[in-house]
Formats: sequence, C-alpha cells, structure tokens
Amino acid sequence: MSKEKFDYFINGEKGKYEVVIGLEVHAQVLSNSKLFSGSSTKFGADPNKQVSLIDSAFPGMLPVINEECVKQAVRTGLGLNAKINNYSVFDRKNYFYADLPQGYQISQYKNPIVGEGKVLLDMPYGSKEIGIERLHLEQDAGKSIHDMDPSSTYVDLNRSGIALMEIVSKPHLRSPDEVNAYIKKLRTIMRYLGTCDGNMQEGSLRADVNVSVRKVGDKNFGTRCEIKNVNSIKFMQMAIEYEANRQVELLEDGKEIDQETRLFDTKKNETRSMRSKEDAHDYRYFPDPDLLPLKLEKKLIDDLKKSLPELPDNKKERFIQEYGLNSYEANVLVSEKEISDYYEEVAKLSDKKLAATWMIGDLFAMLNDKGLNISNSPISAKNFAELVQSIKSGEISGRIAKEVFEIMIKSGDNPKKIIESKGMKQQSDPKELEKIINEILSKNKDKVDQYKAGKEKLFGFFVGQVMKLSGGKANPQLTNEILKKLLKG
Amino acid sequence: MSNITNQSLSEILESIKSKKISSLELTQAYIKNIENAKKLNAFVTTTFDQALENAKKFDNKPNNEQLLSGVPLAVKDLFCTENVKTTAGSNILNNFVPSYESTVTKNLWNNGAFLLGKLNCDEFAMGSSNETSFFGNVINPIGDHLVPGGSSGGSSSALAADLTPATIGTDTGGSIRQPASFTGTVGLKPTYGLCSRWGIVAFASSLDQAGPMTKTVNDCSIMLEAMSGFDEKDSTSINKKKETYSKNLKDNIKGLKIGIPKEYRVDNMPKEIDELWEKGKKILKDLGAHLIDISLPHTKYALPTYYIVAPAEASSNLARYDGVRYGYRSQKGKDLIEMYENTRSEGFGDEVKRRILIGTYVLSSGYYDAYYLKAQKIRQLIKKDFDDSFTKVDAILTPSTPSSAFKIGEKTNDPVSMYLNDIFTVPVNLAGLPALSLPAGLDKKGYPLGLQLIGKALDEQKILNIGYAFEKNCGYKNEIKKWWS
Repeated sequence: MSKEKFDYFINGEKGKYEVVIGLEVHAQVLSNSKLFSGSSTKFGADPNKQVSLIDSAFPGMLPVINEECVKQAVRTGLGLNAKINNYSVFDRKNYFYADLPQGYQISQYKNPIVGEGKVLLDMPYGSKEIGIERLHLEQDAGKSIHDMDPSSTYVDLNRSGIALMEIVSKPHLRSPDEVNAYIKKLRTIMRYLGTCDGNMQEGSLRADVNVSVRKVGDKNFGTRCEIKNVNSIKFMQMAIEYEANRQVELLEDGKEIDQETRLFDTKKNETRSMRSKEDAHDYRYFPDPDLLPLKLEKKLIDDLKKSLPELPDNKKERFIQEYGLNSYEANVLVSEKEISDYYEEVAKLSDKKLAATWMIGDLFAMLNDKGLNISNSPISAKNFAELVQSIKSGEISGRIAKEVFEIMIKSGDNPKKIIESKGMKQQSDPKELEKIINEILSKNKDKVDQYKAGKEKLFGFFVGQVMKLSGGKANPQLTNEILKKLLKG
Repeated sequence: MSNITNQSLSEILESIKSKKISSLELTQAYIKNIENAKKLNAFVTTTFDQALENAKKFDNKPNNEQLLSGVPLAVKDLFCTENVKTTAGSNILNNFVPSYESTVTKNLWNNGAFLLGKLNCDEFAMGSSNETSFFGNVINPIGDHLVPGGSSGGSSSALAADLTPATIGTDTGGSIRQPASFTGTVGLKPTYGLCSRWGIVAFASSLDQAGPMTKTVNDCSIMLEAMSGFDEKDSTSINKKKETYSKNLKDNIKGLKIGIPKEYRVDNMPKEIDELWEKGKKILKDLGAHLIDISLPHTKYALPTYYIVAPAEASSNLARYDGVRYGYRSQKGKDLIEMYENTRSEGFGDEVKRRILIGTYVLSSGYYDAYYLKAQKIRQLIKKDFDDSFTKVDAILTPSTPSSAFKIGEKTNDPVSMYLNDIFTVPVNLAGLPALSLPAGLDKKGYPLGLQLIGKALDEQKILNIGYAFEKNCGYKNEIKKWWS
C-alpha cells in the first residue's frame, strides 16, 4: 500500500480551503421491541400494524425503558472505546409534527448514556483517529408518506418509538473519503457487536452532516451548515462536495455563510435551505417526568464488556500476527464479521496466506458479480478450503483451480469430487512428465535446434505444447524444471 | 334499608357480607340517589346498566373475601375506563372511549368493586373549584351556591351527597385534599409512586398521584389498600410489598411526635382556621402525642414553584391532543395546521390554555434557567425541609386550606387568588409525600374545614393511625340536608 498524502482541499482565488465535517449518525438499535413499548420493530410490516397505545400516545399511557436497548447502547459505547455514563437522563424534546404522536420525542440531552470515544480509520495516507463526542438513546418518529396521494400525506407509525442511537462525532473529518471510511467503520463495529444491522436502504443508518470550510492554517472553525437526514454514503459525499464548494464560493465573493439547516436534493445534486438559525425550533428540553434517571450498575457494564466479541481493529492485528497477512488483506477480511468468520474457517483447514489471496481475488469478484454476500455464497467455507489446499499441495494448478472454482459455483460440489470425476488432477509424476516432454522434443527437433542456437523465447512454446498434450494438467513448476534439464542435454 | 347510602363504606361492606343487603339493592339505592341529584352535576357519565348487571352477578355468586366485595363505586373522570367514555372534564376528550382500564381502577374491580359512573372534575384536573370543567361546574352539597373544591370536585360532591360509598380522585397540588376539606370528607394523597399512574389522563407527571376519598379514615385505609401497588407499566411506581392498611389501623398514638410548622401561619389567614389548628393540636396532645415546633423555611416558595413545574409538564403532556387519533376534532380549517389550531382552540378551555402558555414559556430557551431550572432547585430545597423535619417528628399537622368552600364564580376571574387556595397542599406534592385531609370542624357559616396530616414517604399507615385516633376524638359529623332532591 502506497503512502499517499492527504489531498482534499478546495482552491479559491483567495486561498486554499479545507473542509471540516462532523456527523450525527442515527443508528437503529437491533432489538425485538421498541425503546419504550412492546411493539415489534420488524421491518416491512403493513403500515400502522406495529403500533401500541404508547407509540400512538393515547391518554394515560406511560413509557417503560426496554433494557435490551440500553444494553445495546452500552455495547456500542464500549465498541467505540467510549466512556459509559452510569447516570443518564431521558429528556423530552418538544415539537409538533404529524408523525410525532406525543408531541415530543424522548431523547437524551444533557446527560447521554455514552460520553467521549474514538474510532480509527485506515486511510491511504495512514491511520486517522476520529473523536466521538457522545452517543445517546432516543425514539424514532413515525414516517410521513407524501407521494401516495396528490393532496394528502399519510402517516405510518410503525417506526414511531423504535430505538435509535445518535452517535455524534467531533468535527474531525476532512473529506468525503474520510466520511465514507468513518460510516463504514461505524457500521462494521456495530455489525460486529450486533447492535445495529447498518442497513442503509431500510433506513437503519442515516446521518445529519455538518459542514464548514476554513482557509488552511486557520485555527477557528467556519460557520457550519447542517444537512439533514442523508441516507446513503454516496449522497453524503455528494452533499458534502456540493456544500463545501457552495460555502467556498460565498467566501470568495466576500459573502457570509448563514448558519442554517439544509436539505440535499438527490435529483438536482444540490443542497438547499430548509430553515435558518432564527427559525430553529425551540425544543424546550426538560427531563421526562415519566422516566427515572437511568442508573447503570458497574457490574452490568463489566459483564457487557466481558461478553463483547473481538472487534475489527483487534481482529485485524491478530490476522496480521497469526496468519501472516499484510495490512491490506487483513483490512479487507475484517471489514465484515461474516467475511472474517468465513476466512477463519477456511484458514483453519488450508494455507492461510493463499486462502486470503483467493478469497480477496476470485471469491469476492464472483460474489460481487452475482450481487451476493459471503453469507449466501454458493461455495461453502469447507469446500473453498479444500480448493485452496488442492492448489497448495500441487494437486491442481492455479489455472485448473479457476476451472474447478467455476464448476463449484454452478454445482456447489466438493472440489475433490470435481477434480476426481473430471480427471483434472495435476500431472506431477516426473517420469510421466519426462515421457510427455521427450515426445514433444522429438516431434519438434527443428525448434529444439533453434532454441539451442540461442532463441530462448521458444521455451514458452515447449511449455505450451506440454500443457496442450497433458490437457492442462502438467505441473507447471516441474514442467519447467524438466524442460530446462532436457533442453540442456 | 332506606338510609344504607349514608353509611360508611366499611359498614356497607359489613351489611353485604352479612347479607343484610344485596349488592343489587345497594346499587339501586345509589342509582336512585344519583338520579335525584342531577342538580349537583357530579356525574359526567353513569354506567347504571353495567353496574346493575355486575351487582346481580355478585349476588348470584358472592365472594366476600375481597376488600370491596359487591360495592359500586363512581370514580373521577380522569381514570381511563375500558369501553366507558373518559373525558378528563374536557371538550377535547368529550367522545373518547378508551380500550383500556387504568391500573388503579382495575385494582378496585379486582377487589370486588364495580363502576357506577364517572365523576366530573376540573378540565385535565386543572382547577380548585370544579368550575373549569367542560361539563359545567359541580355544586357542593353543603350549599347550592358553593363550589365543591377541585379538581376532584365531582368526587367530593358525590361522596358527601351519598351518591357513591367511597371514591377516588387524583391530587397534583391538592386536588383530593382541598375538595375533601370543602365537603367534610376524608381525602388522602399517597406517596408519589404508591398508586400507578398508568391509564390516568396526565396533568403534571411528576406530581400526579391517585388517592382515596372517603367518609371515614377506616374507609380510606380500605380504599388505599385496594387501589395501591407496584405496577411495572409505570416507571415511577414504587416496587415494595403491599401493605394491609385497614388491618393494621390503630388508634393509639401515644408518644408520637407531631410537628407544627410555623410557616403555615400565613398572612391574612382567617382566625377560624387558626382556631381549628389549635383544636387539632389539642386533640392530638390529649391523645398523648408530643407537639414540636418545626420550621419548613422554603414553604413560601412552594406555590410559585408549583405553578412553574406543573404547567411546564402539562404543556408537554397535552401536546398529544391534536384531533387526529382520538378525541374532538374541529371541522373547520383548510389544511392540517388549521385543523390542529382549531381543534386545540375549541377543544381546550381557558384555564388549560393559560397553563399550556405558562408552561411553554417557562421551558423556552432563554427562560428555562430562570424559571424551570430554578423551580427544580427550590423543589429540592422544599423536599429537604421535610426530610430534615422528619428526623425530629413522626408527622406534621397543618390546616388543609386557607378557607372553607367559596362561592361559585367568586374567584373565576382572579386566577391568582384561585391558585392561593392550594397554598397548604402543594408543598406535599413537590416533596412527593403522603398527606391526609381530615374533617375537623365548621367555620362560623357552618361550612366544613379540614386539617392536614403530612407523613414521611411511604408512612401512610402512621398518618392513617393518627387520623383514625383524631376522628374518634374530634366528634365531627357531616350533617347535610338533601336540599337537591
């Protein structure tokens, strides 16, 4: 991996600008029921079928905290190397909107459940630490559906009350690429922990993006704009790109940037003003009197800490140490827990290094091609390991292996069986090979003479002939050795 | 059996148990009383058919092992009752029929009682005279021109007029104790968290607490025992073993220390309130209790603190009433926002709007620290005052209210003078403590006056015992002429 230099700046006539980005990521907590009610959180149900009296704010209904959601937030906090607060408070964030039945969202304001933490990013220019400001638990709102009817808006409350973790980064990000790496890293960590499925299509992971620009070398931050509710990494990157350039243009024209909330229009690829600072909501936060402060016992935190799975940073280090992988290979193989599990199963049964090369190369290319995940790969880890082992032992050549691999995809068969039944086993018997080679040399006496006269390029021709005659099964290494020996003689 | 309805709950329970009267006869007697008392306007909804059916069911298969076997009860219309309209005294819920039963009422029914009807109250329990109800003001049986107190005014009126053998109210700043005091009845606000708030239309969540309103202290202990208990559906509910208040009721209070807080002797307090307090002290002293002067120095801040905290919570609690999912919806307005605005303008009365405005204001950025945050700090100091005192005394004796029942309309145009009526009751809510209002005498107009016994958190048994001893020696009896029938 080449050590590149960080190079994301916007050049204006008046100077060179750097982009400062902070993210508020909303991650849906993986749990069977909602944050304060027993309703199901399953995605894709018919509208308003997963709504309890609490979620729809009937008179006299009271919230009761879902302990599993609390544990999930603590696990995530631990995964972000963050301080877990053993005292936190749920507050009411008051605002009036059609998809918010209570008229307030239960959130955490001054006392979040998780404090400062950090996330490590692997960038081409080295590793970079991004600070986490806080993580808090809050309820999701319902969903307003504006495009079902020309004159009405429909409201689906299935999402109302589902637990979200809002993960607020420090303004440490400096480019769309870093945002990409950061979101992916958060997603990986949470998927390892099983605290969020990270499914952006289903809205399990969304972000508000804060963007400002300043001249390189400036100590103070510029005025920031918040781009609300962007739900894909690609759109986040596009929005940042657009927004940063818009801000630089304003500054270049000697204008000021208004602190405001903006929306990203994915069709026009531009951000536009949603509301200014003056129009900002006054949320009238105050502690929710229906809920007692959340007190976490040290034992609970310790137990959760002990039961934490190995996280990607540690796993990567282990892969490098234990399996002799390079940093790039280790990075790719820990990017998803399922991938690392698959790899470890393969590595247990075969050559570790070769397994990594073949997984990152052929297996990923195939999965990518077919739009599949490692978990629904047509080739089982056991079969893949056998394939790797067949290559390693010299039973088949790399070229034949590619053929076997193709057949495995289609049939799901065991590679031994394929090699056996199709007679694809590599010819590695020196005597047999000598026989084949002698036959070729005697048929091509003219070429042998030319070779001996100095036309060494012809070596490839002889190899090709051996492969042709052996049906591609000749052991290439042995073939080379024997050929050289016989041509000398 | 014509006068069964003027007996106490415990006497009635005895009569049912010994089969002197059937549940059906009892229910019919109350129905007759209610039908003759329409002038009092104590009921919003009656459930006579359902009650008669339940009474028959009981008589066919009597189970006398329960605390409230075979007894019909009317309850404040703030408790959600399954399939029975629940209005909270508000237009905005005038058509609301819950599909669920509040924990407290469910506890009553599980103890053998059944519903007789829903009692009028101030709108969303905001008021001290039952004049803010959308369903009209309630009249005090003591006199046709008097308010019954509030917000549980329908409850106090119905109880004093023999329209229900006992009842329940809710008390956010005095809404059980003040109407009890105005009608010569017993009212208890339990420790915050002793009775579940689940299914009670919320006013101010950190202060609201349901409690019994009865004719005697013994009745009060029976009702409290039946209605209280831990509820996992209410996060502020206290998880503790259930107590048997009625079985443990004792009238020996010898040696108990009773605190007399000097701050409750307020300016311009009528002489007769002072005299009543003196009478109360003497009764307790004669029973062997020790009177100890104490100080609750932050008492004077309680009322302003209360009128910040309660509206703040109310402004948020009442945001859900938007005319969409249940309740009243205005037919006016050309879009969603106008529908909301018209629904809330037409659905809420003036007092509710006033408190929503105050509450929204005190929580607004720029004012939060000066009002809400400061009020929270004072609330802690008020609580600490009580905590300090309870290291020295077992209970505290004060007047329940600064006056007897006032005239209908007397204070409706002066909200502050109305709020001042809660001056002795709100500190208890802010501190989350139990307090019992006992009928203790009459003023010179012949209207009832009450004394308040404040206890330590979860010390209901002790104040009930003191109240029980007091009641036996006070000699107070409600003599109400049934002028309305």
